[in-house]
Amino acid sequence: MATPSDPARRAVIRQGLSVAVATGLYGISFGALGVASGLTIWQTCVTSLLLFSGGSQFALIGVLGGGGGVGAAIAASSLLGVRNTLYGLQLTPTMAPRGLWRVPVAQFTIDESTAVSIAQDTLPNRRLGFWVTGIGIYVGWNVMTLVGALVGDAIGDPKQYGLDAAASGAFIALLWPRLKSRQPVAVAIAAAVVAAALVPVVPVGIPVIAAAAVAVVFGLLTRKRTTDAQQPDGTIL
Amino acid sequence: MTVWIAIVGASVIAFALKFAGYTVPPSFLEKPRVSHITTLLPAALLAALVVMQTFTTGSQLVLDARGAGLVAAIVALLLRAPFIVVVVAAAGTAAALRAFAGWA
Repeated sequence: MATPSDPARRAVIRQGLSVAVATGLYGISFGALGVASGLTIWQTCVTSLLLFSGGSQFALIGVLGGGGGVGAAIAASSLLGVRNTLYGLQLTPTMAPRGLWRVPVAQFTIDESTAVSIAQDTLPNRRLGFWVTGIGIYVGWNVMTLVGALVGDAIGDPKQYGLDAAASGAFIALLWPRLKSRQPVAVAIAAAVVAAALVPVVPVGIPVIAAAAVAVVFGLLTRKRTTDAQQPDGTIL
Repeated sequence: MTVWIAIVGASVIAFALKFAGYTVPPSFLEKPRVSHITTLLPAALLAALVVMQTFTTGSQLVLDARGAGLVAAIVALLLRAPFIVVVVAAAGTAAALRAFAGWA
């Protein structure tokens, strides 16, 4: 059945898979670094399976590898995980998980699955984007963690292939279509400035939360403007 | 053993944090003011993720090949390139600058 939504769905799948490939390959870094930090191969792989949140995982092994205590390692990891709560809030109307179904939905809730999901226009595509990206990264990240733990740095740093920049490109491409009316543009600029300004002075993980706070404050000070594009002279504040 | 405690402890808290976001009643999220905020959140979150992914290493602001990759991505977006082309343009630019120009 050739419905207009088919190309759109294929586009969502392509987006999800390309983000999953770029991010999943980074599992090599985690696997190699985990073993280098003194974890066993088994411990490194279990961390990716259970914790499954890149920033939190690197923080955990960073503190453990640096000789820090269990409490400090858990605290650093958890601080980075707070933003996932916010993502769950944002995704609740989309995913509307009930009962035990909330378990896989929660586990797959990370930066990338949220980013791909919220960038879509329709509810089915938002759900599709979440699952394709979340499951794709879960599989890729865990397989590549094992590969990295086994072969160490033999494959080389993913940076040399520009995979870190690939993620930058993916995020800006997801943001781009939203920058068509004034309010999101203003919010995006303010959020970017606030996040950047806070990076040197607050713990890692907090700038994204502060960026969300920018949207909250902006939302409290403004009204919904569904006709924003047709009202160029309207006031924002 | 302490490593296992750290792994399991961090994993339990990480999952609880993820799960907590899904325990808020939908009726709260449907209030006009809340829904206005949640429609603004994606732009804020995505913009912050762009900044974090491109211009930070740990707690430091840095300008390296990722920044050039982002510029390449924006050029591709201005040319209305499809998603995958944007991603490849960013990666290729950063990889080339690192390989041939010695960028960080």
